[in-house]
Amino acid sequence: MLTQFGHIGLLLIAVVLFVASLPIIAFLMRQIGMATKKPTPVKLSTYESGMTTVGKSWVQFNIRYYGYALMFVALDVTAVILYLWAVNLRELSVFGLVLAAVFIAILAVAYIYAWKKKDLEWK
Amino acid sequence: MAPIQSAEQTVLAIRPEGLPAFWPADNPWLHALVFIVASIAFALVMVIVFIYVERRGVARFQLRLGPNRAGPEGVLQAVADLIKLLLKEDIVPRLADKVVHLLAPIVATVPAFMVFAVVPLWGDGAMLADLNAGVLYFIAISSFGVVGVFMAGWASSNKYSLISAMRGVAQMVSYEIPLVMALLGVVVFAGTLSLNGIVDAQSIPFALLQPLAAVIYFLAMSAEINRTPFDLLEAESEIIAGYHTEYSGMKFALFYVAEYGHAVAGAAIFATFFLGGWKGPVLPPVLWLVIKMLVVFFVGFWARATLPRLRVDQVMGLGWKALLPLAVINVLIAAVEVLFWPSGTTQWLLVPINIAIGALLVFLWSRTVSLRGGRVEVRTRAEVKA
Repeated sequence: MLTQFGHIGLLLIAVVLFVASLPIIAFLMRQIGMATKKPTPVKLSTYESGMTTVGKSWVQFNIRYYGYALMFVALDVTAVILYLWAVNLRELSVFGLVLAAVFIAILAVAYIYAWKKKDLEWK
Repeated sequence: MAPIQSAEQTVLAIRPEGLPAFWPADNPWLHALVFIVASIAFALVMVIVFIYVERRGVARFQLRLGPNRAGPEGVLQAVADLIKLLLKEDIVPRLADKVVHLLAPIVATVPAFMVFAVVPLWGDGAMLADLNAGVLYFIAISSFGVVGVFMAGWASSNKYSLISAMRGVAQMVSYEIPLVMALLGVVVFAGTLSLNGIVDAQSIPFALLQPLAAVIYFLAMSAEINRTPFDLLEAESEIIAGYHTEYSGMKFALFYVAEYGHAVAGAAIFATFFLGGWKGPVLPPVLWLVIKMLVVFFVGFWARATLPRLRVDQVMGLGWKALLPLAVINVLIAAVEVLFWPSGTTQWLLVPINIAIGALLVFLWSRTVSLRGGRVEVRTRAEVKA
């Protein structure tokens, strides 16, 4: 098992090096003058389809999906537990199925509550 | 200690099919070297193939010719584009966060390549790492790409990019659960989390045994990798080009590779989970995988050429109110079938039953859950008060 995670670590290193090499090549080509670099104030301004940008865009922002994020956290943890159940389903048999059904039923109550409170709407 | 060691040795001693007999499969370093190069090369070649197929295919749908100048039938168009993008000026906006602006395309691209570590690409067991938690690895890695998208949207200091990044995260959060639950239906049948084991378990393709899961996974995958009709991140009629508005040159090329890389990974996972992966007669395994991936991808850009883009609230509604409950019900039905249906050739009888159940559930949901199509009345603040 450790060998295999080692292989994945090596792949991560190889992929990062490969992907990072592309901007580096572009940078080197700019250094030797094959690619242009002529910045002007207009060119470096933020592109908003011709409008002049007003202020920064790092402002307080209504992210709108606070409710989704909460539901996501609850259900994602559930999903991981259900994966363990699914792999061992044949050994756990009917008892495991009943447990999983009860588990899902409890979450279904929360889900229906969120639906009724209109937390599943994009407001 | 002894059992662990022996397990380690059996894992390493698996000789991948299709490799020559003299191959020293018990040398982990050589194994790593060969399969790392092979995985990255496979991903890159498939990205180029997908870009070409999509550009020519969508052009056919739209009664155009598509790129046909660079090389025979335009097959070298991707190379020409790459050279062009290498020579282009790299513009970083004055207001941008420079470091994050540079890192974002790298963070977005790396996960697309990492997925191929656990996909059996070249035959039985011929992959970089046959993890016994391969499905969880895939889920964890593939959803990481959205971090790069968010970094790009935030660092660009462009309001439209920021909106796009926010939409991207919302879409990922909404479609992750249906995607996970759809794959759970397959795992229930296969009884393993190893992708190689899942391919081995498919004497009947899971697309037939789990048709509803296949449909849900396809939709959720399209949403996660931002393919039309879910491409709200790049909705050019609303938010310019979304998160990569402020990118040019090689960094833009990386985002392009990332987008298609995730499409390739999604198609490979769909083929592995639902269409029997590398399995097939006569042709070599990897060719079967490529054919199945191209079929999946064809359905994807067929939808792109046919359907208009959805509205953002409809996309979220589809994920939370339709796909999620359907996927959970599907998992429970699958578990009941695994426990109470006799295994063997009678499994074939499940195919029409499951197709009927899936069709019935989709019909029921389409009658009861509304995504509110048509016009939206926009009211001003004064009208709301009145």
